[in-house]
Amino acid sequence: MKKLLLGNEALAQGAIDAGISGVYAYPGTPSTEITEYIQKSKIAQESNIHSSWSVNEKTAMEAALGMSYAGKKSMVVMKHVGLNVAADVFMNMSVSGINGGLVVVVADDPSMHSSQNEQDSRYYGKFAMIPILEPSNQQECYEITKYAFELSEELGLPVLIRMVTRLSHSRAGVITGEKVAQNNIHLPKLSTQFQLIPMHARGRYQNLVDLQPDMLKISENSDFNTFHQGTNKTIGIIASGIAYNYLMENFEDGECPYPILKISQYPLPKNPIKQLFDTCEKILVLEDGYPFIEEAISDFLGENRKIIGRLSGDIPRVGELNPDNIANALGFDIVLNGDLPKVVLGRPPQLCVGCGHNDLFDAINVLKKETENQQVFGDIGCSALGVLSPYKSINTLIEMGASITMAKGASDAGIHPAIAVIGDSTFTHSGMTGLLDAIIENTPITVIISDNSAIAMTGAQDSAASGRLISICKGLGLDEDHLKVITPLHKNLQENIDIIREEINHKGVSVIIAQRPCVQLPKEKKDKLKEYKNVSIN
Amino acid sequence: MRTKTNIILAGVGGQGILTIAAILDTAALDNNLNVKQSEVHGMSQRGGAVQSHVRISDKPIYSDLIPQGKADMIISVEPMELLRYLPFLKKDGYLITDSNPFENISNYPELETLYNEIKSHKNHILINAMKIAKDLGNSKATNMVLLGAASSLIPLSDESFQKAIATLFERKGERIVAKNLEAYLKGKEIAAEIVS
Repeated sequence: MKKLLLGNEALAQGAIDAGISGVYAYPGTPSTEITEYIQKSKIAQESNIHSSWSVNEKTAMEAALGMSYAGKKSMVVMKHVGLNVAADVFMNMSVSGINGGLVVVVADDPSMHSSQNEQDSRYYGKFAMIPILEPSNQQECYEITKYAFELSEELGLPVLIRMVTRLSHSRAGVITGEKVAQNNIHLPKLSTQFQLIPMHARGRYQNLVDLQPDMLKISENSDFNTFHQGTNKTIGIIASGIAYNYLMENFEDGECPYPILKISQYPLPKNPIKQLFDTCEKILVLEDGYPFIEEAISDFLGENRKIIGRLSGDIPRVGELNPDNIANALGFDIVLNGDLPKVVLGRPPQLCVGCGHNDLFDAINVLKKETENQQVFGDIGCSALGVLSPYKSINTLIEMGASITMAKGASDAGIHPAIAVIGDSTFTHSGMTGLLDAIIENTPITVIISDNSAIAMTGAQDSAASGRLISICKGLGLDEDHLKVITPLHKNLQENIDIIREEINHKGVSVIIAQRPCVQLPKEKKDKLKEYKNVSIN
Repeated sequence: MRTKTNIILAGVGGQGILTIAAILDTAALDNNLNVKQSEVHGMSQRGGAVQSHVRISDKPIYSDLIPQGKADMIISVEPMELLRYLPFLKKDGYLITDSNPFENISNYPELETLYNEIKSHKNHILINAMKIAKDLGNSKATNMVLLGAASSLIPLSDESFQKAIATLFERKGERIVAKNLEAYLKGKEIAAEIVS
C-alpha cells in the first residue's frame, strides 16, 4: 500500500527502516519535517529512537558521531547553512571515519525560499571526500536513505544525502519495505581510529584517500545512476537529483530522444560521462544549485564549448530549476495564456497578529528617532522580519548569532548605540559565546533577547532557552544590574522604552530579555512555560 | 474521462489551502491514481503568499512543479492570490476563487479591478464562499465550499471526495465531518448553476 509522504518524510521513514538508534538535528527550513516525522512516529517511539532537538547543528553532529562510535546507526539533519556550523566535526569525521552507520542529511534551498544563500552542499561532500547521494523523487528518498546506511558501514565513512526544497516539500505515494534491526553496542576495532592526534590522523587521512577509487567504482555501478540510450546524439543530457524530473516533464510519457545520464550518486561516475562525451555533439548539464558537475567536467580555459548549462548561460546561473527553464534550454516553446496582471502586488511574509516582536520593534523605533547613528544588528528567525516594512528596525542580518558579535565589533569601531536583537533559540544556538566575548571586554552594547520561548519560524518547536536565559546570562558573568526582563506589550511601551534607553546609556554590556510566548505555541506548551515563571533575576 | 489534472491552490499563509490539497491527494489515491503535491513551508507561511501544486494522473508524474501554461485550474481562497498564478493557467483553464480579500498589505488593490480581471477570463467561478460557509454555520469551511465548487471539473468521483472529507475530519468528530460535507455539497450546487 502506498503512503503519501513528503520527500522529507519518505527519507525519515527510510532512516527508521534502516535501523537508526537516533536522529540529531536543529530545525531549519527545508529540513525540519525529517526529524519531526521521527519524533511523531509510533515505531520510532517503541524502538526508543532518540529524536529530541539539539542546541545547534554542531552539537547534533557530534552527538550523532558519538552514537556511531558506540556502534549504533545515527543520522544528523540540517539545512544547508547549518552545515557551516557543523563543518568542523563534518570535515574531521570523514578523516576518523565512523563505526555504526552515520548519515548526514542536508537540505539545500535553491532560490532562497527561506534562507540567506543558496550554497550547494555537494561541495562539502566533495571537500570531505565522502559519498554523496542525491534523490530525484520521494520513492528514491526512502530507498537512498536505507542504502546510505549500508554504504556508510561498508566504507566506514559518513555519507551525505543532499535534498533540495522542492523535493523536501512535495508529496507522492511511496512504497516502503522491510525494517532492518538496530545495531548493538560495539566499540571500534581499531583503538586509534577516533584519536586524531597528528600521528594517527595522517594514517586516517591516507585511509580516506585510499578509499577514493573504491568510492568511484561503487558510484559507477550504482543503481541510482542510470543511463538512457537515446537516438538523437545532438545533445547528451546529464541530470542530477530532482533535475531529472523537470527534464522528463518536457517529454510526453517520458519518451526522450536524447541520451540521458541521471546522477544520484557521487563521486561523479566517470565511465558514463565519458561515453556521453564521446558520442554526443553537446552535453547539457542540469543540476539544482551551483554548477557543480558542469564545472567539474568543463574545460578550464573555455576553449571547448561542448558542455553547456548554468555557466554557459543556457540555464540561469541563479535560482532553482523548473520544467520551464529546462524547456528553454532545450529550445522548446512555452505557450503562455497570460502574463501576471499588473494589479497583483507582492505579499511578503510578516509577523503574526499579536506577536511580541512587533511591540519590541515599536520601542526600538522610538529610540531610533532619539539617538543619532543607532544601529540595530539582527539575527536569524522570526525577528528577522524586523528588516521589512512596517518595522524597518534592523540594519543587518547575516547568520545565526552574528547580531551580538557584529554589535561588539561595531562598538569597538566607535558606533554607539549598538543594539543586538536576537531570538531566544538563536541565542542558545550561537549567541552565548559572542556574549561572553562582550562580557570579557565589557563592551558597551545592548543585547535584546526577544524571547518567545519557541523556535518559531520553523513551526514553534521547543527552545533550549526556555527557563534558562537568566541563569545563562548570569553564568556567563553578566553584571546583574544590567540584566533586565521586560514584557513587550503595547501597554508597556513607554516603560520598555525607558528601560532600553537606560541600558543604552550604560557604558558596558547589558542584556534585556523581552519575554512573551509565541502566538503559534499550542495551549499545552504555553501552560508548560508557566512553570518557568518563578525564574527571576534575583 | 481525462485523468491528467494539474491544479494550483493559492492563498495566504494560514488560510488552510493544505486541507484542500490533502483531500485531493486522498481522493486521488483512493481512485488508484498517481499524485504529486508540492507545498510551501517556512518563512512565507508567516502571512505571505503561499501555493500548492497538485498533480493527478493515471501515468507516472515527473515534475513536482506544474509547468507554466499547463494548469487546468487555479483554486484560490483569496482573489489577488488567484491572479498571482495566471501565467500557469492553460488556455480555457478554470479560475475558482473566494471573493473576500485578505488585506494584510497597505496598498491592497481596488477589489473591482481584481474582479474585472477575473471576469475577463471566460471560465471563472467567483463566489462569496466565506458567506456561504458562515450561513451554514461554519465559517472555517470556506475551503470546502471552494473545493465543492471545483469538484465537477476534477476527474475524481463525488463519492471519493466525500470519503476523503470524512477521513480527513474524522478525528474532529461526526458533527465537524457533517458540516464540512454540507459546505462541499453547497459549493458543488452553486457551481453547477454558474457552469451550466
